[in-house]
Amino acid sequence: MPTWLLRQKYLIDFTLSSLLRRRAKNLGLLLVYTLIVFVLGSVMLFTHALRQEAAAVLEGAPEIVLQRLVAGRHDLLPASHLERIGSVRGVQKKEGRLWGYFYDPATRANYTLMVPHDRTIAGGEVVIGAGIARTRGLARGDFYTLRGQDGQPQTLRVADVLGSGSELVSSDLMLVSEDFFRRFFGIAPGLYTDVALTVRNPNEVRKIAEKLTLLLPDTRPILREEILRTYDAVFAWREGIVYVLLVGAVLAFVVFAWDKASGLSAEERREIGILKAIGWETGDVIRMKFWEGALVSLTAFLVGYLAAYVHVYYSDAALFEPVLKGWAVLYPRFQLLPTIDGLQVATLFFFTVFPYTVATIVPIWRAAITDPDAVMR
Amino acid sequence: MLLNPAILALLGVSAIVTLLVGAATAFGLHLLREWDIASGSELQLRLERRTYLIATLVAFSFVAELVSLLLFVYNAEAMHTQFVGAMCATGVLNVNPWGWPTLFLKIAVFFTGAVWLALNHLDNQGHDYPLVRVKYGLLLALFPLVLAAGAAQALFFLGLRPDVITSCCGALFSPESAGVAAEVAGLAPARAALALAASGALVLGAGSWVLLRGSGGGPFGAAGLLAFVVAIAAVVSLVALYVYEHPHHHCPFCVLKPGHDHVGYWLYVPLFAATALALGAGAVAPWRRVPSLAHAVPGEVRRRTRLAVIGYALFYAVATYAILRSNLTMTDVWW
Amino acid sequence: MIELREVRKAFNQGRTNEFWAIRGVSLTLEDNRVTVLKGPSGSGKTTLLSMIGCLSRPTEGRILLEGRALSGLPERFLTEVRRRTFGFIFQQFNLIKGLSVLENVMLPAYPIGRPRGALETEASELLERFALGEKARYRVEWLSGGEAQRTAICRALINGPRILVADEPTANLDTRLSRDFMSIVRDLRAVGKTVLLSSHDPEVYDSPFVDRVVQMRDGRVTDC
Ligand SMILES: Nc1ncnc2c1ncn2[C@@H]1O[C@H](COP(=O)(O)OP(=O)(O)O)[C@@H](O)[C@H]1O
Ligand SMILES: [Mg+2]
Repeated sequence: MPTWLLRQKYLIDFTLSSLLRRRAKNLGLLLVYTLIVFVLGSVMLFTHALRQEAAAVLEGAPEIVLQRLVAGRHDLLPASHLERIGSVRGVQKKEGRLWGYFYDPATRANYTLMVPHDRTIAGGEVVIGAGIARTRGLARGDFYTLRGQDGQPQTLRVADVLGSGSELVSSDLMLVSEDFFRRFFGIAPGLYTDVALTVRNPNEVRKIAEKLTLLLPDTRPILREEILRTYDAVFAWREGIVYVLLVGAVLAFVVFAWDKASGLSAEERREIGILKAIGWETGDVIRMKFWEGALVSLTAFLVGYLAAYVHVYYSDAALFEPVLKGWAVLYPRFQLLPTIDGLQVATLFFFTVFPYTVATIVPIWRAAITDPDAVMR
Repeated sequence: MLLNPAILALLGVSAIVTLLVGAATAFGLHLLREWDIASGSELQLRLERRTYLIATLVAFSFVAELVSLLLFVYNAEAMHTQFVGAMCATGVLNVNPWGWPTLFLKIAVFFTGAVWLALNHLDNQGHDYPLVRVKYGLLLALFPLVLAAGAAQALFFLGLRPDVITSCCGALFSPESAGVAAEVAGLAPARAALALAASGALVLGAGSWVLLRGSGGGPFGAAGLLAFVVAIAAVVSLVALYVYEHPHHHCPFCVLKPGHDHVGYWLYVPLFAATALALGAGAVAPWRRVPSLAHAVPGEVRRRTRLAVIGYALFYAVATYAILRSNLTMTDVWW
Repeated sequence: MIELREVRKAFNQGRTNEFWAIRGVSLTLEDNRVTVLKGPSGSGKTTLLSMIGCLSRPTEGRILLEGRALSGLPERFLTEVRRRTFGFIFQQFNLIKGLSVLENVMLPAYPIGRPRGALETEASELLERFALGEKARYRVEWLSGGEAQRTAICRALINGPRILVADEPTANLDTRLSRDFMSIVRDLRAVGKTVLLSSHDPEVYDSPFVDRVVQMRDGRVTDC
């Protein structure tokens, strides 16, 4: 081993044993440090996961959704519109969609009723999301009665329960047949909720949207990339706000770390004096103390990040549940997809290890420049 | 302005690093005024002890700036989804005029910091600290750079507007448009390959000369800087095409994406490290004439040069490998 | 050989409580001799020893080690010289609590970065030589006064210094242990070490193993 490496190894050995000798004092610091990493890390991993989830959901969404507006409000769209879209170049596929919300007084929750276009559902049947199945205690083969727009109860047989692949959106979903849908909501044939468009070349999405607004002035195109962008910005912004709020906590932690680092006990002071007297150089002491900080930081960071990881991905962010999702009755039990990315780790590093180190530089230096002959007095 | 934790962290780090380097510079200036190495006074002892603080502050700031350079690029990459027209970091840096200057200033801070640390390391081996004036003089150059990098970054982030439609690597690095980036991209791949090979031969040759003859550290540093500039230009105009297997995709950032086996890291990490080391060697070499440093300089130069040569060699090997293994054939474009 | 030329040392220089602890000492100390600085408390023995041992720098005057001027060196290089040339034995032994005897002995070698195996062997040999072999793994707070001092001596010797410096080495020892200490000093001299002691204990300065006594008072050498 080269000398400089050996030297670092000795310094690490020494600082490790000196950390262990002062277990009680260092444990407090370590705990607070870990907690800071845990909280910030949880917020970060959680928003990141939600963002990804949203992106995954939108992955399958159409590139453009066309809505009709009447007096500034969303209205049903006639089939004639559909035909006129056909003349716009670049549109690969167009589909009139039927969907709507239904308030279920029994569970006091809103369900999304939808006519799927990738599967057919028999007249008296329904396919429900896992959330509905859970809250209403329904399973395949059970019967489910709901009251339609005309006040008449309608009974449907549960044909299937949707898997929880991306439960975030399918949790409150009810898939029904077109017939049933139109009867239930009283929507005349030839009218649709909106239109979904598939575009051949994703680079042309904006151009096509422009053409559509010219062709059908009473409609509004909603672009998938726009939604994604908004989602991203909103999530990032929220996360940013939470972090701004947490800056207070980080500052408190910095003060705490500063205090710990500068408030050396008489015993520690004597130890550094001895080290300097027996031949340690100021730089050696600084390096030793640097290793101490690095070990503490590494431990706190790893433990805190791991705890945050488990918290977010394996306990569904149990601690945030009441704050972030409390309003939803059908709380989706989705499995977030675990990921680690460099951006997050680096950011977290700058919110925790960086301030800690800044707080300790001057105290460490002060301790390290102890007079070597101090122990002789 | 857009707000996210990474931006918050970058702004915070810049502010703090500016403060730290500012403090180090102020200490350094004060120190220069009172410095008298021959004196046994308590004041001189205090000043000598303060040099440890200054060096620690600068070293720490250097590491922080390095990580923040990475974070800056990562963040730009991650934010591309929030801007119309941005497909990667290039598009985000283009959102307003401060993106690229920030990046360049951060790189300049990195290299200047590396040179400072090399000088400091050398000076600490001269029993009369002969480079005190040079070192603290250089801090006077480092501080404005750090300040400018921080200011440019703040302007960049404050001026980020989500409604701006930006142009990404496709447009910026297309030979048809104007500007330095376009000119770099417009470099004929054949010429870029030639320049890359020539600068590689130059820097590796200069490095070998230093290792064999023990002199020529200064020219090696200069060759290193030249090799760096040519290498970056060649990545944009040549290597990128092969990595993306697309004859018109010039982008220095997309190579960092996981889709390309992280080949970008294999290119940039050795290149930046080698250049920092070569500049260090170049900065250290001229001081062999100072009596108290004469014993330390050759070793320092040799050590840095050896590592730098390894770094450059790795960079050129990876670049060559990326070109050779690619399925892109440029016969039509080249000849 | 160590030469002191008109060495002066001030504390709190430039302030109202400025105090000159050493007021012009010129002295030559030969190699392989046992020299005792003798004088009342406050006469400047410790201050002088710490300057000779490169723990501090004189305010004025020069100190030369083998003809090389030490006094102008920055602390960084003084430390370098110190850990190769000097070994220190302090009045309060100054062992680090919580560490074992062996670890305490090895501490001065850590910044040098010698391979651990060789270092441990050497430390163990030293401990054997001073009859501490069995206590190597003990924690230092369990040692008796004599054992603690011998541990401190081992620590002073671990980097192979030519010169040993001991400040009031017998102040915390009874007569028997003081004599033991002086016989250790004799042995060290026998293996070629230079020993520099400060003391106002007759057990030390009247010991037959002492070659030279330097009398100090009020920061000056009065008799040597
Ligand atoms: N750090 C200091 N600051 C101020 N005065 C000091 C300091 N160290 C020693 N002195 C003074 O210098 C004088 C000599 O001290 P010292 O060398 O310890 O004497 P001795 O070892 O002979 O007892 C004493 O008067 C003491 O008070
Ligand atoms: Mg004394």
